[in-house]
Amino acid sequence: MTEAVDGARFDEKTYAELQEIVARYPQPRSALLPMLHLVQSVEGRVTARGIETCASILGISAADVSGVATFYTMYKRRPVGDYHVGVCTNTLCAVMGGDEIFERLKDHLGVGNDETTADEGTGKTITLEHLECNAACDYAPVMMVNWEFMDNMTPGSATDLVDDLRAGKQVRSTRGPRVCSWREAERILAGFPDDRADEGPAGGPPTMLGLQIARENGWTAPDPQRQPQPGQDAAEQREPGPTQKQATEDAGTPEAEGDVAVDEAPVERKGGKGSAEADGKDASR
Amino acid sequence: MTDTLTPVLSDTWDAQRPWTLPAYRDAGGYQALDTALEMEPSAVIDLVKESGLRGRGGAGFPTGMKWGFIPQDPEKSGGDKPKYLVVNADESEPGTCKDIPLMMANPHVLVEGVIISSYAIRANHAFIYVRGEVLHVVRRLQQAVREAYRAGHLGTDIHGSGYDLQVTVHAGAGAYICGEETALLDSLEGLRGQPRLRPPFPAVAGLYAAPTVINNVESIASVVPIVKNGAEWFASMGTEKSKGMTLYSLSGHVARPGQFEAPLGVTLRQLLDLAGGVRAGHRLKFWTPGGSSTPILTDEHLDVPLDYEAVGAAGSMLGTKALQIFDETTCVVRAVLRWTEFYKHESCGKCTPCREGTWWLVQTLARLEAGRGSEQDLETLLDQCDNILGRAFCALGDGATSPITSSIQYFRGEYLAHLEQGGCPFDPAASTLFAREAAMA
Repeated sequence: MTEAVDGARFDEKTYAELQEIVARYPQPRSALLPMLHLVQSVEGRVTARGIETCASILGISAADVSGVATFYTMYKRRPVGDYHVGVCTNTLCAVMGGDEIFERLKDHLGVGNDETTADEGTGKTITLEHLECNAACDYAPVMMVNWEFMDNMTPGSATDLVDDLRAGKQVRSTRGPRVCSWREAERILAGFPDDRADEGPAGGPPTMLGLQIARENGWTAPDPQRQPQPGQDAAEQREPGPTQKQATEDAGTPEAEGDVAVDEAPVERKGGKGSAEADGKDASR
Repeated sequence: MTDTLTPVLSDTWDAQRPWTLPAYRDAGGYQALDTALEMEPSAVIDLVKESGLRGRGGAGFPTGMKWGFIPQDPEKSGGDKPKYLVVNADESEPGTCKDIPLMMANPHVLVEGVIISSYAIRANHAFIYVRGEVLHVVRRLQQAVREAYRAGHLGTDIHGSGYDLQVTVHAGAGAYICGEETALLDSLEGLRGQPRLRPPFPAVAGLYAAPTVINNVESIASVVPIVKNGAEWFASMGTEKSKGMTLYSLSGHVARPGQFEAPLGVTLRQLLDLAGGVRAGHRLKFWTPGGSSTPILTDEHLDVPLDYEAVGAAGSMLGTKALQIFDETTCVVRAVLRWTEFYKHESCGKCTPCREGTWWLVQTLARLEAGRGSEQDLETLLDQCDNILGRAFCALGDGATSPITSSIQYFRGEYLAHLEQGGCPFDPAASTLFAREAAMA
């Protein structure tokens, strides 16, 4: 390593926690990704000291650890601010407004991609980055703050959000908990949870939409007690009534209604020409 | 006739705090585990085979058959090694957003599925590899596993059966390629996430060179209702070769985007009707059936049954059932360029066709999108795709070609319009959700 190791070992607690991570796995090296998350939670980035320490605990070279740390986008070699603010600019979010939000934020914060706002001593710092798809497309355009979902954003709500973060105000995910600091988030990813798992709802309205429509129409999966026997018409076996479910505040589900005319549009069956790839690999990846 | 929507995995999402163990237990949770533990492991595999469950992560490989490849006879090669179950919770395929909400709302159905599946393949250690960029999902998974240990669903002598299982929640660190199952294994071993040569397949030499099953979150979760309600019940939903219910994710220019759990074979037309159609005043232009790696389709394909066979016959793939809807305000060239930039960024660098090819694709496409270049560049693009497809080390390279070849097939004229006009003929503001705010700013 050309970068100077500042000599100091991690404190006893961190060192013990790094070893605790190793103990979770049948083979020590499997611990490397969570160990690097823990390093970031302590150091605010992946430092030379962090790399050397992981290498020595795992009995591998610093180059091995460096090679891993530079492969994954969540590991940062430059200091990250108090808040990591991500804007999805993959196709769907970009088209729905992510590009415009990202441009507005760069302008508003005066930083480029993967850059951090200056610490003016008055509040908190922000590192801005554009993201690839974060698996929340039904809430597009999506932003993330310290890897918590910020759904259905606009340029206006995005600038309000970063202003609140910089002013040190407590911000909540739109369908999650109070946002913690970036370092605290990295600690959770290393496998040391906080106490916020129960905060926030089960999901936002798009998550609940299909279920809500099913409840409104009395649609359910077939009743396992009334499976059609071979040769019998499945329709004869159908339960007439819907299953009444408890609606909750979080989900905002309307009461399930009784029999509503069911759209039974026949499903056109095409010939079984195309056979799916059956080679055991994730074709979409 | 089955109902249009069939909530099974999503059925508890509107309960009070459905992610907690008490709520899951109230809904009958961990009963299927008892049923499974009373069966022989091989009988559980047979049950899953009978159900017809196919992998929900994209490829649609029969789950029970995959399990059946794990050597079980301790006398035979590999049978004496430890076995592992690894859940692929690295949901990152552009457009795909089903596993994340499932784990957020009901992590216990995944945990119960993990226990049953591990029991079936005789594994004593299972891993849930979840992408790191979804902090609250990681929290809920960690908590569910903790609760399951405390309640005796995990650990030693589970439910008094003598069966032991350890489950580790493992957060990734940002790399799309780790959704590819062998790259995921390398990543889980603490390496750069790069795919492995096959054979040997993971069932023979997977994690730590031991027999390993890797399954998608939704596949593993689906095992629970199959054990609970039977293979026939599961197979009573869906189509002839695509059995059961599944989560369809509708996103983009629709009135009400969201998650819809329906029998395989539902059509986009049916789902769009439920979602209130394409956003008001607009019409469908193109869509993906299962993420950006599945060739795009158009309004000609509204009535294609969304199952593995019919979508394949229509020239695409069911993939992850990530239905991304784009209306007529969207420039297809811009959309495809952005996806291509994604593949370039995420290419792991291991093989030349993908590492170099995705850079070439971006250069050629960017020139076209800017209205420079010539019609000949379209042929160059197709030639580049031809040199990647089937020649890349893993499916990432193949996936990178899908949006390009399919968009040229359906929208060649739009590519040419960029050349004729010397730039993009579309106003990007018109396709945003806040066109009005943008206009006023």
